[in-house]
Amino acid sequence: MSRLYYDFHVHSCLSPCAEDESTPQCLAGFGRLCGLSLMALTDHNSCKNCPAFFQAAAAYGLVPIAGMELETAEEIHVVCLFETLAEAVAFDQAVAIRRRRIPNRRDIFGAQRVVDSEDCLLEEEPWLLATATELSLQEVPALVSAYGGICYPAHIDRTANGILSILGTFPPEVPFRYAELHSPTQAQHLLQQYPSLRDKRLLYGSDTHAAAMLPEATAYLELDVPTDDAAAVRKALFSALREGKV
Amino acid sequence: MTVEELAQTFSLECLVSGEITRQVQSCYIGDLLSRVMGQAPAGCVWITIMTNSNVCAVATLADVACIVLAEGEQPDAALLDAAMAHGVGLYRSDRSAYMLAAAFAAGGI
Repeated sequence: MSRLYYDFHVHSCLSPCAEDESTPQCLAGFGRLCGLSLMALTDHNSCKNCPAFFQAAAAYGLVPIAGMELETAEEIHVVCLFETLAEAVAFDQAVAIRRRRIPNRRDIFGAQRVVDSEDCLLEEEPWLLATATELSLQEVPALVSAYGGICYPAHIDRTANGILSILGTFPPEVPFRYAELHSPTQAQHLLQQYPSLRDKRLLYGSDTHAAAMLPEATAYLELDVPTDDAAAVRKALFSALREGKV
Repeated sequence: MTVEELAQTFSLECLVSGEITRQVQSCYIGDLLSRVMGQAPAGCVWITIMTNSNVCAVATLADVACIVLAEGEQPDAALLDAAMAHGVGLYRSDRSAYMLAAAFAAGGI
């Protein structure tokens, strides 16, 4: 078994609230410095920096995962992860037509930069990404699954955009197997307060918006796979995630 | 009516005074921030029960005259800090959004 330190929730300069310096290349480098083996790039409502992230991660020996932090119509944040870059890019297009068109105000939210693996600006996303899509919470798991991905509610221990603060519970009809904790120390307290959490497995995500603030790796999972083959690691990871074994 | 007059007339507790001489032109009630972002008219008093820091960003984006937290809600520390940093008027009241809006309407807003 290989022990793989992971962070499945990181934002790049495409997210309006993230630092411009947090390019995919910069994140991959800091990820490696912080001891991560696996890192998912999860910008708000977009996967457009994932291609650059995949290229940059290869250079640093980090296993990249293409993802998105999707905001549902109810303003609940959901982490969506994909086994392949192609699936994430296709999912991005499916979400793009369900986004609301509110122009981004750079003076308030900052620029939304799509860059290449060497930090060069390719385009700026004109519509604000950090806002609700038209997708309801109920629709999301099936949509993500149609693109081969898995998804779960983000930072359930936070008041802003957390499923528990917005809905007050985990709706039983929405089949989430996992949930993300921002602060691992909150687990016991939340389990007592919300019994519906007991059948969920808790994953960790830092929700880092600045590469230099990336925390030292602490959360890990174990996979029976050689760690030098990124595609094989992702295959093993998603197989384990789908079986509820992570 | 200015923001300052609004606060005095309806006994709103001032957390951050903001643009006190700005005219309050209308009233908007909403808690789904994405909806508020697109729908709240500029210059309105925005009544909400949301208390996280995103409230300040949305108020700035929508260019509201001031925010009123209803039902006795207290702002998160991050919201208070953001409102102070950006000079966004932030007030609170124990009354419900309905009672506040009804009072504002009766008062000429």
